[in-house]
Amino acid sequence: MTELSQIRNFSIVAHIDHGKSTLADRLIQLTGTVAARDMKAQMLDSMDIERERGITIKANTVRIEYPAKDGKTYILNLIDTPGHVDFAYEVSRSMRAVEGSLLVVDASQGVEAQTLANVYQAIDAGHEIVPVLNKIDLPAAEPERVKEQIEDVIGIDASQAIPISAKSGLGIPDVLEAIVTRLPAPKGDRDAPLKAMLVDSWYDSYLGVVVMIRVMDGMIRKGDRIKMMQTGAVYGVDKLAVLKPQMVDIAELGPGEIGIWTGSIKQVRDTRVGDTITHERRQCLEALPGFKPAQPVVFCGLFPVDANDFEPLREAIEKLSLNDASFSSEMETSAALGFGFRCGFLGLLHLEVIRDRLEREYDLDLITTAPSVVFKLHMKDGEVKDLHNPADMPDLTFVDHIKEPRIKATIMVPDEYLGDVLKLCQDRRGIQLDLTYAGSRAMAVYDLPLAEVVFDFYDRLKSVTKGYASFDYQISEYREDFLVKMSILVNDEPVDALSMMVHRDRAEMRGRAMVEKLKDLIPRHMFKIPIQAAIGGRVIARETLSAMRKDVTAKCYGGDATRKRKLLDKQKAGKKKMRQFGKVEIPQEAFISALKMDD
Amino acid sequence: MEDWQNGGFGLYLHWPFCASKCPYCDFNSHVAAEIDQSRWQAAYLREIDRVGAETQGRVLNTVFFGGGTPSLMEPGLVAAILDKVRATWPMGNDAEITLEANPGSVEAGRFRGYRDAGVTRVSMGVQALNDADLRRLGRLHSVAEARAAFDVARGTFERVSFDLIYARQDQTPEAWAAELRQALGMAIDHLSLYQLTIEDGTAFGARRAAGGLRGLPGEDSAADMYHLTQDICEAAGMPAYEVSNHARDGAESRHNLIYWRYGDYAGIGPGAHGRLTLGGVRHATETELAPLRWLKMAEAGNGETVREPLALKDQSAEYLLMGLRVAEGISLSRLSALAGSELDTKAVTGLQELGLIIQDGDRLRATRDGRAVLNGVTRELMA
Ligand SMILES: Nc1nc2c(ncn2[C@@H]2O[C@H](COP(=O)(O)OP(=O)(O)OP(=O)(O)O)[C@@H](O)[C@H]2O)c(=O)[nH]1
Ligand SMILES: C[S@@+](CC[C@H](N)C(=O)[O-])C[C@H]1O[C@@H](n2cnc3c(N)ncnc32)[C@H](O)[C@@H]1O
Ligand code: SF4
Ligand SMILES: [Mg+2]
Repeated sequence: MTELSQIRNFSIVAHIDHGKSTLADRLIQLTGTVAARDMKAQMLDSMDIERERGITIKANTVRIEYPAKDGKTYILNLIDTPGHVDFAYEVSRSMRAVEGSLLVVDASQGVEAQTLANVYQAIDAGHEIVPVLNKIDLPAAEPERVKEQIEDVIGIDASQAIPISAKSGLGIPDVLEAIVTRLPAPKGDRDAPLKAMLVDSWYDSYLGVVVMIRVMDGMIRKGDRIKMMQTGAVYGVDKLAVLKPQMVDIAELGPGEIGIWTGSIKQVRDTRVGDTITHERRQCLEALPGFKPAQPVVFCGLFPVDANDFEPLREAIEKLSLNDASFSSEMETSAALGFGFRCGFLGLLHLEVIRDRLEREYDLDLITTAPSVVFKLHMKDGEVKDLHNPADMPDLTFVDHIKEPRIKATIMVPDEYLGDVLKLCQDRRGIQLDLTYAGSRAMAVYDLPLAEVVFDFYDRLKSVTKGYASFDYQISEYREDFLVKMSILVNDEPVDALSMMVHRDRAEMRGRAMVEKLKDLIPRHMFKIPIQAAIGGRVIARETLSAMRKDVTAKCYGGDATRKRKLLDKQKAGKKKMRQFGKVEIPQEAFISALKMDD
Repeated sequence: MEDWQNGGFGLYLHWPFCASKCPYCDFNSHVAAEIDQSRWQAAYLREIDRVGAETQGRVLNTVFFGGGTPSLMEPGLVAAILDKVRATWPMGNDAEITLEANPGSVEAGRFRGYRDAGVTRVSMGVQALNDADLRRLGRLHSVAEARAAFDVARGTFERVSFDLIYARQDQTPEAWAAELRQALGMAIDHLSLYQLTIEDGTAFGARRAAGGLRGLPGEDSAADMYHLTQDICEAAGMPAYEVSNHARDGAESRHNLIYWRYGDYAGIGPGAHGRLTLGGVRHATETELAPLRWLKMAEAGNGETVREPLALKDQSAEYLLMGLRVAEGISLSRLSALAGSELDTKAVTGLQELGLIIQDGDRLRATRDGRAVLNGVTRELMA
């Protein structure tokens, strides 16, 4: 056990790409936690998908040891968090396990929308905050101006902000010293009954379910029998370890410490993040408040391409939800797609990430149906129904009115792009709530329908502002509007998985965009294929995909037979990635791509 | 009767050297400073002995010298190989012996020697009848040289064919039609007309990947050019007997027909493929690809690197994909004997309704429209 006064726990928070993971690298490196030859850039981003996209998706914890100037060696537990708005839940969860935050601000960019969102969360969590100005090696860095901005826009003291370059390593010793001197030590009573917070859990193919905890009071040792207070499950602690970042066994963990344990946990659902862990024999009296559950806002169906993969998909979803408490799932059946799941996500990137992880980590081929937000159907008989799937839209004669979720969006953007941003919001049925300036940056607050935002708003915003705008949102309320169900017919057959709810005034435009997109996404077949958008029985847009006209290998002699045969075999396997709708094969990526509009 | 006997037995000999590498070419062809042809001769002869021992007693129907540029071979080398071939397998008087030639003046000087060695047919890589395009295709010869070489060939060999590549950068259908009519006017009875294919791993492939090589036709104009080619050739009495090959009746390449009729063929020389039925089992064979490594292996007694028994379903797939390329199509009973099952009737009727294939008793043929989308047709039938 470590003396409480020699422990510091903190999260690193920032807007996306401001350099959190790179700063974590430097802290790990400078304290010698990882040998130089094993270092690699953003080393905590260990998932393939994080490395490919260059972003953090999962919060990651590392324990490092730091010999401070006062001559004492401190244990630091750092949590690197994701910056993208879709993973805000990871951030809020992580903050509950620590007492302070390093607020990283890119000194060449300044305060952005998620800087605000994250720092307010840290303040709410009662954190001490140390502002860090990163990327001062860049010629465009303006640390003094950004300091002012932090004080003006966020309203916290930035006079002690630390200028650093996480890339070159400049200023990192000052950050380590500030962690020790400016962040508070954790509190706790080692003699009290065990009380630990279940911060995270994941599935490891060798160890089974791994549970990460933050000890509040008491001690936990290998061999202990512990109980999860919310689920009532009881397990023995087989392994107790800390993350450096690889697991290193440890005999015991005391108050203020963060570590992991395993205990042949069979029921994946026994380990709920936010639960309180205590000893079976000597229980603590009061459980921790737990986490506010994440509210999924985008829903879509996930179906196995091969119907035999339903069971493996079920297991994979169960294991993955363990690692990601913010995604929900429920079994669903569809006439065209068979058995699958209706899943809820915090945004479209979150959806894509989960689908990618299911496909890669569990070797599944999946069909993703058109994402949708949840609509509230107010029925004539007074009942209110949640509509998660446009395909389930009941007969209109029973529906009195429909409400859709609205959000309050905060957008920060340099002046010169403001016009484009306002137009984009207008086009998406937005209502302006506020418009203020801080220097040459504008902050626009809009009331927008979530349905118009989830799919591609963020991409569009980035493209009209050349990447200079930032964006954050919160759900505000459900509000009535003129919403209708639009169906898509491919080769005269309705494709449920492509139907969507749209605003009446936007239906024709969206229908046109959809059929045009689909015409590009569906490969040519041997015959021509009409693609239509319809509301009820009325066709509002139509395109025709012409038949394939030329697809033949020009030269094919004795030496080509093997190659051609193997190619055909491969194409046959590729065909499995397509789903047959009547006589037409639709590639799986079409279901999401068709929704993205190029305005 | 073994299945291969429906197609016959041929010998393919690969010569892997060229005077320069064309930017579109993905064949196993290399530019070498110096070639010791007598060393190569010994290697070819040893390989012929090796394969000959395994296929003893078979009648050899055809021989094909392909490349690379076989017209860089000394006539003496060709003669030594053909002497060995005749000593190894019985051959009919009418055996077809083809050699691929580049249409340069140096090559033309060797034509007489090839004829005396026993070559009966040459296939010349003319590629274009317009000097600007020849340069763009990286060819060393001019149209005038090609025409001169062609005339020498006509006067030397019984049978002469040449290759043209169309759907070139910025080529209009009108320009192609004019060029094709000129070609047809050259008293010819066989033509190979290939749509330019941009292959990965070639200079053109790299240029296209880098966003260059503009002006290539899209799917629709490529289809238009293909049909235009068919119209013009049919009207001239040279219909397609295969996707890219046109001939007057009886002037088809008998060697290539062995591939499309899925007969047996031995492959000798670097990177040559073969199909050999040995002990009742059809095998796929391949030789070492790299010329010098092959040379050493052949000298040591065996240039072969791959010899795999082919599963019956793979054989049926190969018969289907090769056989539908030819106008005569495939035999359904032969196909189902290989596959052990019939073709999916739904796919067959579907494609028939679309006018892409025709079933006529035991024969299944792709129509002209069907041949334009043959990859798709084959995919449907194989699924
Ligand atoms: N020039 C310069 N570039 C930096 C510095 N710190 C980070 N970067 C670069 O900024 C980019 C983003 O860095 P990350 O560390 O992945 O940022 P992040 O905040 O963890 O991003 P998310 O996890 O996706 O929110 C990378 O290309 C880094 O190399 C710095 O001090 N100077
Ligand atoms: C293996 S080459 C041998 C002929 C000889 N070396 C020559 O080039 O003249 C056979 C023929 O294939 C054709 N060919 C090669 N590469 C091609 C490509 N990428 N696209 C279309 N035709 C091609 C050319 O017409 C060439 O004449
Ligand atoms: S096209 Fe013919 S000459 Fe040109 S590199 Fe290929 S084989 Fe050699
Ligand atoms: Mg990161």
